[in-house]
Amino acid sequence: MSSRNLMRVSHLTKYFGDTPVLNDVSLEVAAGEVKGIIGPSGAGKSTLIRCLNGLEPIDSGRIWLEDTELTAARANLDRLRSRIGFVFQDFNLFTHLSVADNIRLGLRRVRRLGRDEADHIVHRELARVGLESKWQQYPAELSGGQQQRVSIARALAMEPELMLFDEPTSALDPESVGGVLRVMRSLVAEGMTMIIVSHEMAFIEAVANDVLFMAEGRVVEEGSAEQIFQHPQQRRTRQFIDGIAAALIGEASEEGGGA
Amino acid sequence: MNDWLAFAWPHLPALLKGTGYTLIIWVVAMLFGSLAGTGLAVTRVYGATPWRRLATGYIELIRGTPLLVQMFIVYQGLPQVGIVLSPLTAAITAIGLNTAAYQAEYFRAGIRAVRPGQMQAARAIGLSRRRAIRHVVLPQAWRIALPQWANEVVIELKYTSVAFAISVPELMGQAQMIGADTFRYFEIFLVAAVIYVVLVGLVTLLLDVVERRYALRH
Ligand SMILES: Nc1ncnc2c1ncn2[C@@H]1O[C@H](COP(=O)(O)OP(=O)(O)O)[C@@H](O)[C@H]1O
Ligand SMILES: [Mg+2]
Repeated sequence: MSSRNLMRVSHLTKYFGDTPVLNDVSLEVAAGEVKGIIGPSGAGKSTLIRCLNGLEPIDSGRIWLEDTELTAARANLDRLRSRIGFVFQDFNLFTHLSVADNIRLGLRRVRRLGRDEADHIVHRELARVGLESKWQQYPAELSGGQQQRVSIARALAMEPELMLFDEPTSALDPESVGGVLRVMRSLVAEGMTMIIVSHEMAFIEAVANDVLFMAEGRVVEEGSAEQIFQHPQQRRTRQFIDGIAAALIGEASEEGGGA
Repeated sequence: MNDWLAFAWPHLPALLKGTGYTLIIWVVAMLFGSLAGTGLAVTRVYGATPWRRLATGYIELIRGTPLLVQMFIVYQGLPQVGIVLSPLTAAITAIGLNTAAYQAEYFRAGIRAVRPGQMQAARAIGLSRRRAIRHVVLPQAWRIALPQWANEVVIELKYTSVAFAISVPELMGQAQMIGADTFRYFEIFLVAAVIYVVLVGLVTLLLDVVERRYALRH
């Protein structure tokens, strides 16, 4: 992994009304790095990741993508966003467009590719997420997991330098989660730079080079996956990790009892 | 009945010519109304405050006054400021301006009903706001508004008859003239009514097909 910073965030602060939802958040993402963000709900994870591609305005602090400052007054946010892929918790596929047209829209209207080149990429990206046969379908005809994989293909088609994931599996049936995680694993293997907000702790632990634990709008602890999951330094982090482990054990014993 | 048919038959060409005018007024005014209505709706939802107020003011003004008054203002009022329109053009203008306001409200409700995540996803792939509205929000808003829109354009098909008041020889105008010549108002208006029913029926069928074709799948 190179040490070149692809994204840099410094002293980010954001309020909703009088409530601070992000409080002095700083982070750096090296090219090729996979960064996991975990934390209780309401911690500000979604807000943070949405700030990173300018979907959410910030109150203070600065964000850079390579040498371009996103938070500069004259930043061309449209151009910057086309360099950053974003995967939403609830997919947000364009409901009026077929799978192929969902992917084609950005290729034609943002990257301004010709029809043939766009079609080529549509099929390449659909193959990459294992849904080549679904190109004519409409989002409503697909399962949640398939929709999420299409939304990943839509983001990848823009050939982004960085992919942001906001709880990509939280809205899915348990049986659909695996397919989405498999696609994300293949991206990790290809060396894609990724920031992943997720409650899939085992997945984060397996793929992330670096993990941020957030609570109440702050980064409580940052470290290697090993440190955060096995040897958390902060009491707050420990509580969270232990809580999740306990919940998992509870679930497992419930299932065991039912069988 | 035979007598009735025998009376109506020779007048059919005139009535059909009138029907042609009715359809011209309707089609052109609806096209204009859909474009202008979309513009007004987008302005009301996304526009800067002064533009938004202007659009709202226009819509309220139109919806608060009778079509007949609007038509007379266009036909007889505008010449005072140097704008002279033929009866046909005046009728199309008045009905177009009128339906634009109603269509704007349906499209606006449609825009509001598009889920916010759609706009966010559009922006996330790098589409500008303008393009996101054009390629993602509006196509969905139109589909959501389609039933109300269809209802509105059918109502306007019947309202084209108001154009007879500024002497456009559309269907109602023709019937009126024939009635005045023959004093058989009852029969001739009945024939006109039948033609309106057939038109409305055909248009409704057509719109049903369109609605089914473009229904949003959820
Ligand atoms: N649009 C909004 N307006 C007001 N408060 C919001 C908005 N979005 C999120 N919040 C609040 O900000 C806090 C952080 O939310 P979020 O970033 O969604 O947390 P997380 O993704 O970690 O669950 C929460 O308290 C939430 O209620
Ligand atoms: Mg969240």
